[in-house]
Amino acid sequence: MSQHVLSLLVEDKPGLLTRVAGLFARRGYNIHSLAVGTTEVEGLSRITLVVDVEGAPLEQVTKQLNKLINVLKIVELEPEQSVQREHMLVKVRIDAGTRSQILEAVNLFRARVVDVAPDSLVIEVTGDTQKIEALLRVLEPFGIKEIAQSGLLAMGRGSKSISERIFKNQ
Amino acid sequence: MVDQTAAKDAPILTGSGAILKSLEILGIKDVFGLPGGAIMPFYDELMSQTAIRHILVRHEQGAGHAAEGYALANGSVGVCIATSGPGATNLVTAIADAHMDSIPMIAITGQVFSTLMGTDAFQEVDIVGITMPITKHSFLVTDPAEIPEVMAAAYQIATEGRPGPVLIDVTKDAQIASAPFVWPGRVDLPGFKPVQKAHGKQVQAAAQMIAEAERPVFYVGGGTVRAKAQNELRTFAEAVGAPVITTLTARGVFPDTHKQNLGMPGMHGTVPAVLSLQESDLLIVLGARFDDRVTGKVSEFAPGAKVIHIDIDPAEIGKIREADVPIVGDVREVLLDLIPEWKAVAKSAKSLDSWWARLNKLREDFPLGYVDLDDGLLAPQGIIKTIGEMSGPEAIYAAGVGQHQMWSAQFIEYERPGAWLNSGGAGTMGFSVPAAMGAKVAQPQRVVWAIDGDGCFQMTNQELATCVINDIPIKVAIINNSSLGMVRQWQTLFYDGRHSFTDLQPLDGPEFIPDFVKLAEAYGCLGIRVRTEEEVKPAIELALKTNDRPVVIDFIVSREAMVWPMVPQGVGNSNVQYAREHAPSWGDE
Repeated sequence: MSQHVLSLLVEDKPGLLTRVAGLFARRGYNIHSLAVGTTEVEGLSRITLVVDVEGAPLEQVTKQLNKLINVLKIVELEPEQSVQREHMLVKVRIDAGTRSQILEAVNLFRARVVDVAPDSLVIEVTGDTQKIEALLRVLEPFGIKEIAQSGLLAMGRGSKSISERIFKNQ
Repeated sequence: MVDQTAAKDAPILTGSGAILKSLEILGIKDVFGLPGGAIMPFYDELMSQTAIRHILVRHEQGAGHAAEGYALANGSVGVCIATSGPGATNLVTAIADAHMDSIPMIAITGQVFSTLMGTDAFQEVDIVGITMPITKHSFLVTDPAEIPEVMAAAYQIATEGRPGPVLIDVTKDAQIASAPFVWPGRVDLPGFKPVQKAHGKQVQAAAQMIAEAERPVFYVGGGTVRAKAQNELRTFAEAVGAPVITTLTARGVFPDTHKQNLGMPGMHGTVPAVLSLQESDLLIVLGARFDDRVTGKVSEFAPGAKVIHIDIDPAEIGKIREADVPIVGDVREVLLDLIPEWKAVAKSAKSLDSWWARLNKLREDFPLGYVDLDDGLLAPQGIIKTIGEMSGPEAIYAAGVGQHQMWSAQFIEYERPGAWLNSGGAGTMGFSVPAAMGAKVAQPQRVVWAIDGDGCFQMTNQELATCVINDIPIKVAIINNSSLGMVRQWQTLFYDGRHSFTDLQPLDGPEFIPDFVKLAEAYGCLGIRVRTEEEVKPAIELALKTNDRPVVIDFIVSREAMVWPMVPQGVGNSNVQYAREHAPSWGDE
């Protein structure tokens, strides 16, 4: 299975997320990650989806998504032509012996410590999937107590915006 | 978004009044429904107006199928109304049915007060959530000011592009509260812009490909009916001269008596239609979706054919079968563009003479037919054929689902779209009586038959009360084989004759449970029982003459009759069997 990043521009209507998620479940496609937020245009939201599908089913899922009345636009963002970021909070066990090693890793990955307790740290990190995974591998031996991870966010490189063309066409 | 300046002079209407006013502006003349607590404010206002005829059904599923029958017979939108909770869930089957067969329908449901939503209030269900996978779109309305725009948008969505059902769920407080009524005219829906007109280059490529084909076939689906493309289809098909096959949902869009018509394809299609696809080198697919009942085993379907696929829904193109020339657009618009393109290449077109020689041989060798059975009971096929012959092509025929449906598709000659109504994609038993009722309301001057099975009939026959009370004189032909015939047929063929729970009458009990003639009479219909060949024509004649009330004819037929030809499920269509253990010889090439 290969992963694809889809960026959906959608009208911010109740139940929209159910419609999108339901369509995936119904047609047998798998959502790997999902991130939703507002956009520069009032009333429009953006959903970034990472899906596990091969070529032909991807086209079918895109076409089916396009049929949802509240979905305005779908763009597949190729890794080379886009910026892709994930955000993660991770709680790590510490003691006097491991503290400096962990802080060194935090610096190395340009992550940040956002909470300090006598026996734990909460670390915040932003980056592409590989970077997040690499940091987790480094932290794992010290004892990871908790992870909260966002879905992938992605945006095309260059000056064009996803909402631009929709409104120009009218 | 309501225009504030327009709103100032706008009349103030309650939400209920706004729904009614919107329906009136949209040209809706008839609606089918049944009231309940959460839709009472609407029904209160409905009572005091005359623009819209409301027909009170006996079960909400009947309202849904009636709306479908109405839409199919008229080529317009059908409207059904129900209350919240169970009222709304009773619509679900009909909504799913309309979704599968792309029938334009607006379903209006009452919802509990917005302040109670989410509290498990009395008769509260999340009908928007429940119907999400089976509607084209749905709206939840809690503010009466939104109603005109929602109604206008619902109409556009239901009728434009690939048609389908739209649900509007209106809370009771939104029905009661008032707001300025501002009609939006056309609503701008940025996420809904169906492509009507096809790409010129693709149309050209299609014409060229047709000219190069030696064994082309028009594979015509229900989308051609929805596009109202019957005239353009005929013009183009006659210009090309290729054979035409019409799927279950497209029966009638190309006249059955036309010499180019090979009949219906698929599991119970004619041998010439099924094999024409198998042997074809080019399928010209118009508003069809390669349903599994048409294709059989997809990998073995039409193995040597290129595909020109014309459909208004881009998601249908390439879903099941890759298209060599994909064309997204309204079938009628595309055909209008194809006709001149064809003229430009027609001279170079290949001769179809040897193709027709092969097809005509198949027609001669494997005509549709049936044999009488040796149990002394009537053969159902002959009855259905006679109904068709005596009622003619201007009548409307609505079938339920199962054997009688297939025989009705096979043995009645359809000459026009809208004459044949059935549940194709969903296969909804019980469709027939309410759909016929809806069709008769839409087209009161036409003879409307519900050709039903005894299993189907027992699911929705309560609408005969609706028909009697509202002067909707439909005619019902029950093809009564005392069993769930299609399932029984499969049990006979594929389950060693183990007839598990498909006999509807105990073999050693009283003869009729229930007695459909008495049941018909109890409703106030004319009830007739037919057991012998001699009784068939007089009964149909009497039914055709009786127009002051509905008629129910209980045709007692053999339960051993089977639908042939048949392609068993899961095998390639080249294995079509003409009759039991009788496969046509395959391929001369």
